[in-house]
Amino acid sequence: MDRVLTTPIAEKDARALNAGDVVYVSGTMFTARDEAHRMMLERGSPLPVEGLALFHCGPVAQKVGAGWEILAAGPTTSARMELFEADFLRRFKTRVIVGKGGMGEKTLAALGEVGAVYTHFTGGAGALAAKAVKRVSAVHWLEELGMPEAVWVMEVERFGPLVVAMDSHGKSLYKDLSVIVGKNMETIRARIKGGK
Amino acid sequence: MNFAKELGEAIGKAATILSPDVVHALEAARDREAGPARVQLEAILENVKIARDGKVPICQDTGTITFFVRLGTRFPHLAALVGALPGAAREATKAVPLRPNTVHPFTGKNPGDNTGRYIPAVTWEMVEGDGAEVHVLPKGGGSENCSILKMLPPGVGLKGIKEAVVEHVVSCGGLPCPPTVIGVGVGGGADLALKLGKMALLRPLGKRHPEPEVAALEAELEELVNASGVGPMGLGGKTTVLAVHAEYAHRHPASLPLGIAVQCWAHRRATVRIGANGTMEVA
Repeated sequence: MDRVLTTPIAEKDARALNAGDVVYVSGTMFTARDEAHRMMLERGSPLPVEGLALFHCGPVAQKVGAGWEILAAGPTTSARMELFEADFLRRFKTRVIVGKGGMGEKTLAALGEVGAVYTHFTGGAGALAAKAVKRVSAVHWLEELGMPEAVWVMEVERFGPLVVAMDSHGKSLYKDLSVIVGKNMETIRARIKGGK
Repeated sequence: MNFAKELGEAIGKAATILSPDVVHALEAARDREAGPARVQLEAILENVKIARDGKVPICQDTGTITFFVRLGTRFPHLAALVGALPGAAREATKAVPLRPNTVHPFTGKNPGDNTGRYIPAVTWEMVEGDGAEVHVLPKGGGSENCSILKMLPPGVGLKGIKEAVVEHVVSCGGLPCPPTVIGVGVGGGADLALKLGKMALLRPLGKRHPEPEVAALEAELEELVNASGVGPMGLGGKTTVLAVHAEYAHRHPASLPLGIAVQCWAHRRATVRIGANGTMEVA
């Protein structure tokens, strides 16, 4: 059975997740990249976001009538938001981060403190992501920040699959994997040296 | 002769329909993976289907449009073809639509139509004949940022080339959206090595270099990189690369240039063959 998290997500539900779990999100998701993180920390959030899903994404959106339609919405590289994320989590208590490529030690510690997870959505799968977006309910700071950096608030249904890559118990798939890859590389180097 | 419309359609086809050889390689990868790696490949394949059925871009980064033209020396419509290449980029940008991705490096201005100085980038290769074969390769930014040149000391030999390729591709981790396709260009000079790497990406997956030494290097590099365990999206697994393709040029005795062109799983490309009478066939 697929596990679907519906917003607002409770702290205990986020804490029940473990690295390696596969989940989907239904409910309200908002995008924030570098600039939006900075602005929210400086000015406060334009909407209540506790328990929501935060998406590292700069979507391709098209104006349709009075509203907006999301055409493609793949994740961007999350590492750039490491500068802000720990403070952001402590202040805004979003429970699920959706991005790609993983984040660092500061974020991992904050996930544990706050009770939240970092999840990985498949890079490049912009069409799959857009299909799960049912409606754009608001867009904030569009004039100031432009389409990719604005805060897009989207109602989503079964957004995923999301692999829990960093959990609230201090486990990170990326950290574990780098140890394994490091060991494998020792073998690979020896094979190249011993070969033709 | 107006080739812009058909060439524009070929760009659109590349942006929305992943070619069967790449889909096949992704399916084979899915079948041998488990856990998070399999989840990634299933999501990729579902995304490919949604894009194809809905005629929408496979990825929101629709790339920089790049052409590689194998031009017959007796092709009679050269002026029309040269003029049609930027026109094709404009047509496709409107029709698909594509994300406008060309930015002036100093002023930051974006013309909004995926054209600009030297862009679409075109590589011309003259061959015997009276037709033209136009390859379209829209290349995303995330994977292109992982492409590099290394000027190796020739003394490191083939082992040095293998080590440099494996170390580099593994160090990129999940950044270029693996499983990737790697184009390795050896020799020629700094510029040519990178160009050869990119040209190697044009060869269909599953097809080896015709020379056995080069084919053996490709197979060995695939095996070595995949033994790293980086896996799809850098989440761990058996498939870090779908394929490694190599090309070479003769080198200067003092130089061993190595160009590594990295391409994401969304290895988008299309080919248009133009006959001497102006007929066009999109493959």
